[in-house]
Amino acid sequence: MNKSFISRLMLNDSGSRLFLGALLIAALVVPLLNLVVPAGSALHLPTYAVTLLGKYLCYALLAIAVDLVWGYCGILSLGHTAFFALGGYAMGMYLMRQIGTRGVYGDPILPDFMVFLNWKELPWFWHGMNLFPVAMLMVVLAPALLAYAFGWLAFRSRVTGVYLSIITQALTYALLLAFFRNEMGFGGNNGLTDFKELLGFDLQKGSTHVGLFLITVLALALGYLACRYIVNSRFGRVIEAVRDAESRARFIGYKVESYKLWLWVFSAILSGIAGALYVPQIGIINPGEFAPINSIEVVVWVAVGGRGTLYGAALGAVLVNYAKTYLTAALPEVWLYALGALFVGVTLLLPQGIVGLLRQLRSKKS
Amino acid sequence: MRGSSIVDRALGRGHRSNPPRPDLSHNIILYLEGITVSFDGFRALNALNLYIEAGELRCIIGPNGAGKTTMMDVITGKTRPDEGSAWFGQTIDLLAMKEPEIAAAGIGRKFQKPTVFGSHTVFENLELAMAGDKSVWKILFAKLSAEQLARIDSVLETIGLKDLRSQLAGSLSHGQKQWLEIGMLLMQDPQLLLVDEPVAGMTPQETEKTAELLVSLAGQRSVVVVEHDMDFVRSIARTVTVLHEGSVLAEGPIDQVQNDPKVVEVYLGE
Repeated sequence: MNKSFISRLMLNDSGSRLFLGALLIAALVVPLLNLVVPAGSALHLPTYAVTLLGKYLCYALLAIAVDLVWGYCGILSLGHTAFFALGGYAMGMYLMRQIGTRGVYGDPILPDFMVFLNWKELPWFWHGMNLFPVAMLMVVLAPALLAYAFGWLAFRSRVTGVYLSIITQALTYALLLAFFRNEMGFGGNNGLTDFKELLGFDLQKGSTHVGLFLITVLALALGYLACRYIVNSRFGRVIEAVRDAESRARFIGYKVESYKLWLWVFSAILSGIAGALYVPQIGIINPGEFAPINSIEVVVWVAVGGRGTLYGAALGAVLVNYAKTYLTAALPEVWLYALGALFVGVTLLLPQGIVGLLRQLRSKKS
Repeated sequence: MRGSSIVDRALGRGHRSNPPRPDLSHNIILYLEGITVSFDGFRALNALNLYIEAGELRCIIGPNGAGKTTMMDVITGKTRPDEGSAWFGQTIDLLAMKEPEIAAAGIGRKFQKPTVFGSHTVFENLELAMAGDKSVWKILFAKLSAEQLARIDSVLETIGLKDLRSQLAGSLSHGQKQWLEIGMLLMQDPQLLLVDEPVAGMTPQETEKTAELLVSLAGQRSVVVVEHDMDFVRSIARTVTVLHEGSVLAEGPIDQVQNDPKVVEVYLGE
């Protein structure tokens, strides 16, 4: 019973092994097919496909973060893209400052949109964002602080269930409206874009995107392992207990609000990191990322994959987004209906998602 | 550092550190004296006096509305009395403490409806209920020591669920859930156990086993059982207290109490 660190981490469940194995294969095969296989070959993977895969994996990390709070602690967040977008904006600010004189207006300090708005000085919160370590700190700190403030108020007041979900929607919607305003200093409607380089690597180059893809794979693997450690620890058993019988857990002596708060903050940090990896690959961050519908989509990914499994959330994120890429190109007007139908269908027919279905099939076989 | 106090509070540090233990030098673990509780003019408890000895197994009976549950609520800090005093041992004033402090000091309460954590195993339920530092960081990196393992094993033995240790608590029978819940209370190492209607809805075999369990628990700790089932009370109790309209109507050995004309009147009507 005295579990060693490794076995507590994972590796005695086949889902974890499959998931990490798939990530390893992706990390080996994708660069090979893009960089080594010649462009004319049928096996060549074009750079836009690498970027697309990288985007899916950022979504997978976001989905894992949502699964951690929803699947294991019963906190249904309908506003997690707020944290994702904040991480993205922190990265976007760094990338804006790297443009320097290469912008349309050629101002060495001010990003284009500030010159356009006739601003004379950098707003205070843009200072230091030209330094990579500061920007990375903000990637973590901005979502963490928002999550801490929100969670401290919500969990201490014992707001739970559907009420909490509605407040998270309001949170992300409020940020959407705020970031739309030019006066906020985040580029308003257009957001931040026209990035040139990241740490000196040219963002127009295919090899940079392969590098970003690999970093995303690594972040996803590490994020997954951290979540797996948490859910396999006694902390994980406490949050599941909170999910199943909150007042009982409180009665045994657990400070439920602290547990929820730190889980929530950690989940927000993971979402912020996912957003920060997303922005340089996509090349833009704008207030649209805060849209409430996006957060609801994340919940659908998790439900489709199978909540409370972590790898199921990642699987759902990749599959649903692949379907979205395909459908929005082939039948653009169908997508939202398909998404709605998917959610209803999964809820009614596959309450445990794809992973639940696979487990059922396997247990029937044996 | 100014920031650290906020972190400390949020992490729950300093919570449950060294709870006081009851002083049993006079061999009495619980004193309730002159406890009165009114709800909108209705006196749920009316100058109630009750003393529980250390190591005693006491049954409390009484018709509906006699104040049994309110009495439990007062002891555990859920309800504040309008008058009276409540002491845990010689030194601990229960009326000056909050619910979690009272639980930490060593008073465990089992509610009527069993609420175990259904998606955890029997073993994990006991692990979660274990006494100790329950702050976030400690729990995140917690490992079971050999001593703690032995403690869980001994409780599994006591409640008779040793063979079911890896079974999900949600799949247990009603009786097994009740025993698991008693086991969870034991993991917190209470000095005084309050048990509310433990055999409601149990089969006769389960009732019998529960009786054995409760009898075995007394001695090392005190056990107070509230129960309607007279046969069950007869099978376990040495001393019975009858509550009626918020105060003690009769107290003594079961045979004496059962033949007390006042008790007969209350229970059977005129």
